[in-house]
Amino acid sequence: MIGLPKRTPIAPLEYTRRLWMRGWVGLVLFFLYAPLITLIAFSFNDSRRNIVWRGFTFKYYEKALNNDSLMEALVNSITIAALATAVSVVLGALAAVMLWRFRFPMKAAAEGAMALPIVVPEICMGVAMLVFFAKIGFPTDLPWPLNLGAITIAHITFCFPFVTMVVRSRLASFNREEEEAAKDLGANEWQAFRDVLLPHMKPGLVAGALLAFTLSLDDFVITFFTSGPNTVTFPVKVYSMVRFSVTPEVNAASAMVIALTVILTTITLKMQSRMGTIAQGH
Amino acid sequence: MESWKNHKALFAAIATAPLTWLILFFLLPLGIVWLYSFGTNQGLTQIDISGTFANYARALEPLYLGILWKSVLVAGATTIICLVVGFPVALAIVFASDKWKPWLLLGIMLPFWTNLLIRTYALMAVLRTEGYANQTIGWLHDKFGWLMTLVGLPPPGAYEPMHLLYNNFAVIFGLVYVHLPFMVLPLYAALDKLDKSLIEASLDLGAGHLRTLLMIVAPLAAPGIISGIIITFVPALGAYLTPDLLGGPDSQMIANVIERQFKRANDWPFGAALSFILMYATFIAIAFQAMKARQAEARQ
Repeated sequence: MIGLPKRTPIAPLEYTRRLWMRGWVGLVLFFLYAPLITLIAFSFNDSRRNIVWRGFTFKYYEKALNNDSLMEALVNSITIAALATAVSVVLGALAAVMLWRFRFPMKAAAEGAMALPIVVPEICMGVAMLVFFAKIGFPTDLPWPLNLGAITIAHITFCFPFVTMVVRSRLASFNREEEEAAKDLGANEWQAFRDVLLPHMKPGLVAGALLAFTLSLDDFVITFFTSGPNTVTFPVKVYSMVRFSVTPEVNAASAMVIALTVILTTITLKMQSRMGTIAQGH
Repeated sequence: MESWKNHKALFAAIATAPLTWLILFFLLPLGIVWLYSFGTNQGLTQIDISGTFANYARALEPLYLGILWKSVLVAGATTIICLVVGFPVALAIVFASDKWKPWLLLGIMLPFWTNLLIRTYALMAVLRTEGYANQTIGWLHDKFGWLMTLVGLPPPGAYEPMHLLYNNFAVIFGLVYVHLPFMVLPLYAALDKLDKSLIEASLDLGAGHLRTLLMIVAPLAAPGIISGIIITFVPALGAYLTPDLLGGPDSQMIANVIERQFKRANDWPFGAALSFILMYATFIAIAFQAMKARQAEARQ
């Protein structure tokens, strides 16, 4: 136990204070982060293919930002993610309220079907989307952003069940008496929903929205099957670049997306903890 | 909970949109693929649903059966490695101090939120022949090779870079890298709910840590361990990107064969049959998990 501050002896259950355990966790975190950190670090390296450090540069960021097709793909990805998130939150919230509030025939089947997009292998869903849009003859020559329609529809389909899951677990903590009290005091169905139920659902909606946004931005396989030659998203574009070579330009673009992910995750956690404190204050 | 009959209009207003979406854009597409799996190709785009089982029979040919079996083996190996690597991590998070717990959880979750393609790309940069792993080892080799002479061995020759990429090792390495958080989070959830006094009792009564782990912790956390295994195994079995980018010509998995049928070979009925074989495998895995969870509930 060299180097550890040894204030109190380690209790039998304080596994985390044991050296081998700390070493193991450290190694796992190294395994998870080392590739990502090297990727970010070498996006600033002034050398095309070497791990030797040749000085700091923003050159590859400039190159990535000036790469029109890469930027177009990034804009497409963010547009699709924003549209898919907006629709998924509405559909997901409705489905959550439906499953939480009502008894109806074939409910178990509906519940199962609602969870299906979460568990079905991505490749199967991608294939289904490809076949479906080919079958209905979805037009492929629409102007932007309508040409993103097929991808957006596919993304909504796999995102909204996740929103349902998150919102439903939030609804489980709702006290129905609050709603009844509102109605007793003269609120109609809509007012009770807007002023009582919706504020309670809000943290779930925010968490669900961020989950949907990340899932949509992250998706490669399903998009790969629904995208046409003119509708390239960021992951699909990176995929086609990576197949040929590893370049600092892709490093730079990836580093920017990682930064976006970290910012979004931080916002989610901040909002969740703030809402947690507000909820406790009630 | 109230019956839909008492609020028909309200129920319709809430339920119509999500159910319609699910049926139209999810169940219908899957249904079409399912029908295609019993079809035969007629010309380039024409598929005749003839009710044949020929596509499923073809999937049982040695070539495809071999790939299916290999996918199961690779996904199985990935799951076992994730379990062995992830279990101590989940345990460490459970017993971490309140100050460290959220940070450790965030540390495990953040890569999970990062784009899959970027993570795979990062691994390619590490593993390729002129990648960071080889260059680091090569540098150590060149710098410290002379140490060999101290123990009477001849100094090693020039460093031969290892072929770490485009083989089965890279595929399993990549799958473990991607799926580790899938394993750690359910394990953490299961271990966190555990009654700690049972572990203390076991230790007090003289059992060692390993014995306690195997005879007390593992059985109590079994539902969580099983759900971790399923959550890791199912996506690993259907993985497309990892074997495609990190694997070599002989490390194809089932998803790569499906992709080829749809995008290049243009044999949609066969691809449809293969994807439904993958779907059935997924359903069996999930049904198994649900059954185990119910058994555990009944026991309590």
